[in-house]
Amino acid sequence: MDSFIVISLIKIFVVFGALMTILAYLQWVERKVIAHIQVRPGPYRVGPHGLLQPLADVIKLITKEDLVPPYVNKVLYLAAPFLAITMALLSISVIPFGPAIQVAGYQTWMQLTDLNFGVLFILGVSSMGVYGIALAGWSSNNKYALLGGLRSSAQMISYELPLSLAIAAPLLISNTLSLRKLVDTQDGWLWNWNLFHGFQYVSFIIFIIAGFAETNRVPFDLPEAENELVAGFHTEYSSMKFASFFMAEYANMITVSCMATLLFLGGWVAPWPAAYGSGYVPVVIFAAAGVITIWRGLNPRRRRDRFTFPPFGVVFLIAAAVFLVPIVQSALLPLFWFCAKTGAILFLFIWIRGTLPRFRYDQLMRFAWKILFPVAMLNLLATGLVIAAFS
Amino acid sequence: MDLILFLVFAAIAVVAAINVVVQRHPISSAVSLIAVMGSLAVLYLLLGAEFIAAAQVIVYAGAIMVLFVFVIMLLNAGTETRAGRSFIASLLGVPVLVALLALLAFFTARIYPRGTMVHFGGFRGGTAEAVGRALFTTYLLPFEITSILILIAIVGAIVLARKELE
Repeated sequence: MDSFIVISLIKIFVVFGALMTILAYLQWVERKVIAHIQVRPGPYRVGPHGLLQPLADVIKLITKEDLVPPYVNKVLYLAAPFLAITMALLSISVIPFGPAIQVAGYQTWMQLTDLNFGVLFILGVSSMGVYGIALAGWSSNNKYALLGGLRSSAQMISYELPLSLAIAAPLLISNTLSLRKLVDTQDGWLWNWNLFHGFQYVSFIIFIIAGFAETNRVPFDLPEAENELVAGFHTEYSSMKFASFFMAEYANMITVSCMATLLFLGGWVAPWPAAYGSGYVPVVIFAAAGVITIWRGLNPRRRRDRFTFPPFGVVFLIAAAVFLVPIVQSALLPLFWFCAKTGAILFLFIWIRGTLPRFRYDQLMRFAWKILFPVAMLNLLATGLVIAAFS
Repeated sequence: MDLILFLVFAAIAVVAAINVVVQRHPISSAVSLIAVMGSLAVLYLLLGAEFIAAAQVIVYAGAIMVLFVFVIMLLNAGTETRAGRSFIASLLGVPVLVALLALLAFFTARIYPRGTMVHFGGFRGGTAEAVGRALFTTYLLPFEITSILILIAIVGAIVLARKELE
């Protein structure tokens, strides 16, 4: 019992620390990717290639004046960002990042806790996250904030239905609500993934679209449409309270990506069995990245590349070497596949932000209720019929 | 541990429930009601009824209460003024409440024998599988009738809303 508490505390610290770092750097990645889509260099001043930009942002947000306008409803105004960030971080606690591993003689899962209704837990927690935004909009006592809060709650209620229906289809196939067992049923080859199970790519597309809407991302970011609503529901928030909403949005993005990975892309399992050499994929990728980076550093296009590229190349080569060590392989390989899949979906989020314009509000609602919802319903019905026919 | 959690969340549920009535602003009442729903979900969870707990959060706290908050925000409802108390309510309120609690306690004590009142985590009928099985076997007819009832309610709502538009 005692060792259980100690291990859990250590795991919470590790996951929390990693998550906070990823949140900060996800924002850096987003700015960089969007900048390159728009043919700009992006953040470049703080640190090599702007790598210390997140740190600078954090310092800026913490030291900024924390303003509470006199006309707000104090209790709810202060509770709203807290609620948003708590609910966003809570759902990470049931997400498994890998299988059971042995650390110093203790066996533990790469997951904070396994609930046998994990999927429902995430749905419930994410549905509670709406209150953070809705109450922030209302308690700010500002018409733009109120409109932003109203839009976001209407949007989240509307898109939660297709989201839940899209989640139900792979659950029918895997026949479990536990995220851990969900991954076990997709083990082996690529075609065992729920995505490639018959016509399940329909559920995947519905899930991704509804996930974009749930996280208020472009093209569904109407709650914070700058040209109509100033900054939407967080107009009256400054400093760390604003940062909480910001972090909550990114944490929700990570949760949706993790869910897509677990439900459709086989979680932490490799696309093909280790017996056919899937264990060497990260080694090849990192070694190639290292060699290319060092070669670029030795033949620099810009003068500063000679100093910034070789250290990155060395880091990549070391990473490649680490993946060859047999002891850490059992933990690192699943983590690699999980991060690769989740990262691909996160990249999709950013890519679409750099590509698509924003919907109009009536288009958003019509799309949810007249297209996405019926399609999700039919998809679930068809999945159920197929499973009933073949079992 | 279970007992402590039970006492904490039962206390939160009761205090928040009283707060729903006492608060004068609709939003504050709605937020208190969300707290009641949430603590009820924890109590279900303590008993081992995990699916019912999740459904409680998703359906009541997550969907129905969002709708409440949404409507209150849309109407931009302000603080209510406290109306004068009715004579009958102040005369009968406390005795009726005591009588209700007494009846509840009496029947609970009659139905369940002494010492077997609460088994934390001992309830086996609250998993997703058990609830699904019960819904589609024992309670199939009520389940289907309820779904038709809800369908009728949706159609009725649309008909009423359309009339308003014309």
